[in-house]
Order: sequence, then structure tokens, then C-alpha cells
Amino acid sequence: MIRAVDGHSDGSGAAAVGTSAKATPESLRVRVLRQDSPGRESYWECHVIPYEPNMNVISILQKIAARSTTEDGRKVAPVAWDCNCLEEVCGSCTMLVNGRTRMACTALVDRLVEEQPEEIVLEPMSKFPVVRDLMVDRRRVFHSLGRVKAWVPIDGSYDQGPGPRISPEEQEDAYPLSTCISCGCCMEACPQFTKVEVQRMEGESVEAFEARRTAAFDKNFLGAHAISQAMLFNSHPTGKMIADERLEALTDRGGIQMCGNAQNCVAVCPKSIPLTRSIARAGRAATLWAIRRFFDR
Amino acid sequence: MAGPRVLVIGGGLAGLAATMRLAELGVDVDLVSLVPVKRSHSVCAQGGINSVNTQTRQEGDNESKHLDDTVYGGDFLQHQPPVKEMADWGPRIVDLMDRLGVPFNRTPEGFRDQRRFGGTLYKRTAFSGATTGQQLLYALDEQVRRWEVAGKVKKWEFWDFLQPVLDADGRCRGAICQDLVTMEFRAFPADAVIVASGGCGLVFGRSTMSMVCTGSAVSRCYAAGAFYGNGEFIQVHPTAIPGADKLRLMSESARGEGGRVWVPKTPQDSRDPRDIPEGERIYFLEERYPKYGNLVPRDIATREIFNICTNEGLSVEKDRLCVYLDLTHIPKETLDRKLGGILEIYEKFQGVDPRFVPMKIFPAVHYSMGGLWVDYERSATGGLVEGSTRNQQTNVPALYAIGECDYQYHGANRLGANSLLSCIFSGLFVAPSVVASFDKAARTDATSPLFAEAVKVQERRHAELLSRPAGGENPYDLHDELGKVMTRACTVVRRNDQLAEAYESVCDLERRWQTCSLSDTGSWTNQNVVFAKALGDMFPLAKLILKGALQRDECRGAHYKPEFSMPGVEADDPVERRRLAEEWCDRFEENTKKWLKTTVARHGDDGHPVLTYEDVDTSLITPRPRLYGLVGGEVIEEVWRERQNAKLAAAGA
Repeated sequence: MIRAVDGHSDGSGAAAVGTSAKATPESLRVRVLRQDSPGRESYWECHVIPYEPNMNVISILQKIAARSTTEDGRKVAPVAWDCNCLEEVCGSCTMLVNGRTRMACTALVDRLVEEQPEEIVLEPMSKFPVVRDLMVDRRRVFHSLGRVKAWVPIDGSYDQGPGPRISPEEQEDAYPLSTCISCGCCMEACPQFTKVEVQRMEGESVEAFEARRTAAFDKNFLGAHAISQAMLFNSHPTGKMIADERLEALTDRGGIQMCGNAQNCVAVCPKSIPLTRSIARAGRAATLWAIRRFFDR
Repeated sequence: MAGPRVLVIGGGLAGLAATMRLAELGVDVDLVSLVPVKRSHSVCAQGGINSVNTQTRQEGDNESKHLDDTVYGGDFLQHQPPVKEMADWGPRIVDLMDRLGVPFNRTPEGFRDQRRFGGTLYKRTAFSGATTGQQLLYALDEQVRRWEVAGKVKKWEFWDFLQPVLDADGRCRGAICQDLVTMEFRAFPADAVIVASGGCGLVFGRSTMSMVCTGSAVSRCYAAGAFYGNGEFIQVHPTAIPGADKLRLMSESARGEGGRVWVPKTPQDSRDPRDIPEGERIYFLEERYPKYGNLVPRDIATREIFNICTNEGLSVEKDRLCVYLDLTHIPKETLDRKLGGILEIYEKFQGVDPRFVPMKIFPAVHYSMGGLWVDYERSATGGLVEGSTRNQQTNVPALYAIGECDYQYHGANRLGANSLLSCIFSGLFVAPSVVASFDKAARTDATSPLFAEAVKVQERRHAELLSRPAGGENPYDLHDELGKVMTRACTVVRRNDQLAEAYESVCDLERRWQTCSLSDTGSWTNQNVVFAKALGDMFPLAKLILKGALQRDECRGAHYKPEFSMPGVEADDPVERRRLAEEWCDRFEENTKKWLKTTVARHGDDGHPVLTYEDVDTSLITPRPRLYGLVGGEVIEEVWRERQNAKLAAAGA
């Protein structure tokens, strides 16, 4: 159907003045940090893309894929990247855009050009192993949800009537936490969250390799995302029935004690989730739980 | 030999619901998905999930009315027993999701809040902000993760389903899939395969659907002999935000919460919309459909918006067709609480705050009502026999389909907030049927010649694509062209000459695809070859959609051919009005006899679809004219009632 015009000139007359006066570029220079496969050297590559109004980083990557030609005219394989919904609810397209961890779909080119007119720089996340180019392996993000038992422990899916009554205040408290898209931005930005890259060894069975990888995940930091989910379920009337199990996971190796309170997580969260509030709550709950456990012995 | 094992293709709402229920029933599940299941397209559903509830019940609502709204909204094209069963399950499903921790919006007393959606007069829709699909999906994702940790479910994320594997008797024995990272092929033996792969929006280029909604999994089943039902019924959502990479959905809940659609009386009025006085605005949906107002069913809202822009020339902008969707009369706090998520999307992508400035929206392809043909077993009371092996089974034994990729629940037009219900319902409901279908024979071993042969076929197809000479057609450009052809000919308004021409164009594009070449010929995370394969598999779907539309010479739900439309009764003279209404009803009955049929497409040996038509089970509710806002609807309805009463009397006598 019909493409949108420049968002700034939409409706509101006041906003239009600022951008329409500025000359729009004819083309965009895009510098991408590429890597052909795990363990290989990474390298920079430049692409020049014709400018169109209302582009985002996704449409740049789509054009790079369709053209597959670098700035100096070399034919190359398309840049690999992850995406799905393109409306910032699936959590797929996290990458570093001009050095900042964010979702590529909401990275609007007009804004990027305003910030940094020379070029747009795309890099893969640095805290997850690169699969290829901008695509990284984020299975650890989902694994951490299992570590903290981020679910409501229901008896089964057969009809048992409605769930517990919940006040609007409780719902409004829980809902923001529940909009977490597991994008990994909070982990990327966290100084305490470090990369875990486990390579399969010569002659190692798939099972042995996976077990070794899981063990490596389990002793490293959970990250803000999982801590916040643990707090979400510990505040749910049924979810809290296994609150102690979650607190045990949170106080285990790689748990909440790793948090250095840098507060980067909350600053980069694309869904503005109050992650530091969750972490503070988790810290208090963990302390109380540890004391209680000490006296229960 | 280990216990039963089922392969589920797709981890959206339907796939996850089926996986959870199967695991509970003691079945091991392999769950294959193109993306991590938490990133499935179900997250994009915004508005809510329908079910009769305690409050609507006291206003006179019941499950039969939900059934009636669904089949009337769907223009009677769906078999009624599955819809009845779904409506009956509605309240239980919403209760279950509530127990799973979905943060549904609450009333001050702590009950689930409900809102009104299109095509109904009751507030049946439970919601969680404006991200209900995301919240429902997460709840099921969490339960499936619990089963994964317990060892009952094995996820295969970033894997592509390439084909079902059928034995000599035509029974499905498993599938071949490919790892999108290592490009390795693998045989998945299974006692049954459930396809839950969602819609096929990418056949139309840009749509509201996610990038994985290529329809490839369904197309591959179709190529293997599975039938496809009602392919020509594609829902075009009335309100989307046009974008270069995708057309982003603006939920119906925006209208459910009081949003008003309008255009200025003066074409392309250049004033700020907020400065245009009420008297100089046309609230065309409210004017033409006083009963439902802005909440007429989607097909009607879409046509009206399309019409006012294209035929009446009243688009808000000249170069870009759009109308205003206005929420600015609603307090900001209410909007934030009930619609926050979707308003943020608009703000993020358009740079304008819809709480203070009316949004600009236009229709976009949104949902596939059609899909793999599936069976059901009707119960004595008109619902379904729970646990019957036939429920949700395709014509290929042991191959099942659920969710958006089956054709069963929405007829010619889906009502808002019914898709989340149909996905979860079909997912839960299929599980006991699948379990009952396990045959006594041992599961075919992965190393058997049956699988080895199939793997070889896929390896050859893959190698052939990679080895094509450079300089051929560009698959991305071909996709772009396909999208344009399909969007032009086969969305809101359809004409036979354009459809026939589009069919030729698609055949031509398919031929050109045979000579497309890849820009990546590597064997590691090659997204280029995966896309090329998916594109190749879009053509058979595009052809069955076009042929179905071409052959169906009538208007029904989302399928609108002006040439065969039935205008209302405009005469003023009572006698003449009466005569015209009689004529209208005659024509309606004739059309019902001819076209109230499921289109069933079979993949022909020559690559063209072979269409047959199947009667629709309308045993619960007699089809009646769909009269939303039709001129002279009252007199038509009067004549129609008299005829029905006469028939009843005759049957009684």
C-alpha cells in the first residue's frame, strides 16, 4: 500500500518546521561489523543505501539484503540479522546501533541522522556469542527464565474456575513487568553480565556439549530480566506459592548478589520496565529469606 | 521403545497450547519453530479475547449468541459445530489463562474487566492492556518452559519445517526440518504432526503480519497432498499504520474504547485536524451504521474506509490514502491504562502522540481466514465429540492443523478477539484427538529409508538453489512484485479481469523464481536460501487464493466483488419496496444455494490448484442476510422473517 511520509510532518504543524528546513541526505552510509561464523575474525563493511523518508534500521538491512553490494561495488552475502514483528513486541532485532543497544525496528533513520549524520554503525550485541554478522545466540536469556522458575505453578490445564481476584493496583504493578520481551538489552548494558561462549569440542557428543553449556550458564549472572520476572511471579497470588524456590535461585551462584547497581539496565530497556525496582525488591526479599532460613535451621 | 512422541510445528498460541496439553497427557513433544517461541507472531495481537462472561450473561448473553455473532460476522461460511464448541469453551479458556497469571485488566472490585469489540453488542472481550496476545503467549510460553525443564518438551528453535513425511499408505510419519544456523537436515519421526504455523501475510508483501508469516509450512503440507480450505478469504484490517517495512496494526480496541473514524468534509483539508470543527467532519461509520457505529465488522469498516478514500476522494492526504482515527476526546489516563501499548507503537513509529493528535490509518492485510482443511466429528448436541481422531485432522492421516493455519472457525470474515480464542481452543482441543490417533504400529525409525529418501530430496533442493549461476532474478525483488500483484488484485475490491491477470502474473513470477540466484551460497546461517525457499512456496498459495477468488462470483464477508454485490432497497413506495425486498430475498436464497460452500483446493499435478466445493454445516443457525447498515435492511428483514416463519409452519404441518 502507500508508504508513510516523514513522521515529523504528521499532523502537528509545530514539529514540522524543525525537520523540513534541514536538508535530507540523498544516501546513507551504513557500516556493519560482520563475522562469518563463531570463532572467526570480525570485519567492517560499508554499504551505501538510497535515503527514503521514514526508514528504520530494518528497512536498511532489507535493502542491504536485496542489493548485497558494498560501497566499493563488491558483491557480498547479505548481512544476517534477527527480526520478526517489526513493532517492538517480539524482542528479536536487538543490536548495537551507533554503539547503543536497542531494537533495530524502532531505530528510525531520521533520528539517527540527526544524532550522527556521517554514518550509521551496526554491530552485534557483545555479551552473546555471534552466530553470524548481527545475529547472536541468546538462548541464555530464555535459560535464565527456567532458572528462576518464571511461571505460575498450576495443577494442570483442566477447568478449575477463574484465577484469584486481583486489585487494579496489583494488576498495574504487574503488567509492566509482564511486557518484558526478553530482548537482552538489559544484559548487554550490564557491567556484571559477561559473555559465556562455549564451543563444542572435538569428539564431544551433543548431549555432553549441551550439559557443559548449561552448567556454564548456571554459574553466571542471571541478569536484570530474570530477576524482574522472578519478582513478577513472586507477587502473583498463585505464583508466590513457590516464592522460596525462586529466592533460592536468586541467592545461588550468579544470583542477585552479582548486581553492582550500575542501573544501566533500566536506562536501556526499550519497554521502560522498572528493572531497578524489581532488583531492589528482590534484594530485600532475598535478605529476609536468608535470615529466615538461618533461623529455621 | 519410548512413549508416544508428537511433532508440533510453530510455537505461537495454538502450538504452545497443544504442547502444554500433550505434555500433560504424558506425550513427549518436539516443538519446531522458525524463531524462539516467545517471539512468535501471536505477540502482535493486541485487543483481547472473546468469551461469554458473568456480566454479559446477566445482560442476556450466552454461548449461542457468541456462536451466532461469529457465524453471522463470518457470513455463515464456517461449519457451525466447531464454532459452537469453541464458543462453549470460551469462558473456561479465559479462566484458564487467568489462572496462568495473565495480567488481565481489572475492575475496581478485582474482577476481569471486559470491553466491546466489533460485530457484537456485548462486552465480551477480556484484555490485558493493548498487548493481550503477548500476555497470553507469554503465559503459555512459561508453562511450556516448565515442561521443557521437566524434560517433556524439546524445543527446536531456529528450525525450518521442510515437509511432512508420508508412508506408502499416505499416513504422516513425521517430518524433515532444517537447522537455520548450521543448515543441517534432520528427520523427526513422530506419531503425529501438528502444524500450527500461523497465517500467510507475506504472500501479500507487506501486511500486519510478522516476517515469519510466509505460509511456507502450510504450503509444504499442501504440496504433500493436504487440502486447503477457503483460501480466498483474507482479512484486511481496517486500521493499520502504513510503513516502509511493514504495515503496523492499530488495534480494533482503539475503537472499542471509543475511538472515532472520520474524514474532513473538505477533501485534503490542510488544517490541523484539531482545528476542524465537528460540523465539518464526516464520521462516516457512525452515520452509515448507527447500530454498530465504529464497531461494524472488519470487512465492512475496511470497505468503507477504502471507498471514502478512493471513490469519494476524501482521503486526509492526497499522496497517501488515510483517514483519521481519533482518540483525543478520551482522557489521557484512560488511554494509558487501556491502550498504552498500541499508542506507544504509533508514537514510536510516527513520532506523533495519538493521545493529542488524531492518528492516520489505512487498511492492511491482516489475517488468513482460510487455511489447511481440517475435519471434525459432530456430537449429538451440535458441538464436537471430544477426543475424536477426526477433530483438526487434515485429509492426511496423523497430520493435524490448528490456529490461524486451519480454515475452520472464522468463515468469510473473522470477528475481532476471536482469533486468540480459536488458537488456544484448537490447541487445547486437538491434544486428546491426537492421542487417540496413535496407531499400534511402531514409530518409523529416523534411519528408515522413508526418512533417508526425504532428507535426500531436501538436500537436493537445497543444493540446486545454492548452485544456481549468479546474475539471475533477485528473490527479494520477486517477492516485492508478488506482494504488489496480490495487494492490487486480491484485497479489498476484487474484479474478475484483474484476478485472471494476477493469476497469470503469479505464474510468470513463479517461472522467474526458477531462475533466481542467491547472493549467499554458503552453508552457515544462510538466510538468503531460506528466504528463497519460502518465496518459492508462496506461489502455490498465491495461486489458490487467486483462483478461489476468481471462481467465487459473489460477495461474502471479506470477499467483495462489486459486480456481484446486492444493493439494498431504495424505493419509497411501500408496494415497490415490498416487491424489491422479495426479489432481494429470492436472489439471496439462490446465491446461498450456489455459493454457501467451502472452497477446497488440492495441489494439482501440473502445479495449478484444483478446486472443489463442499457443503457447509449450517444445522444450528439458518443462514440469513447480513444486513449491517444495508439501505432498506428493515423491509428485507421483514420479508425474510415471514419466509422463515412460513417454512417453519410448513415443516410443522
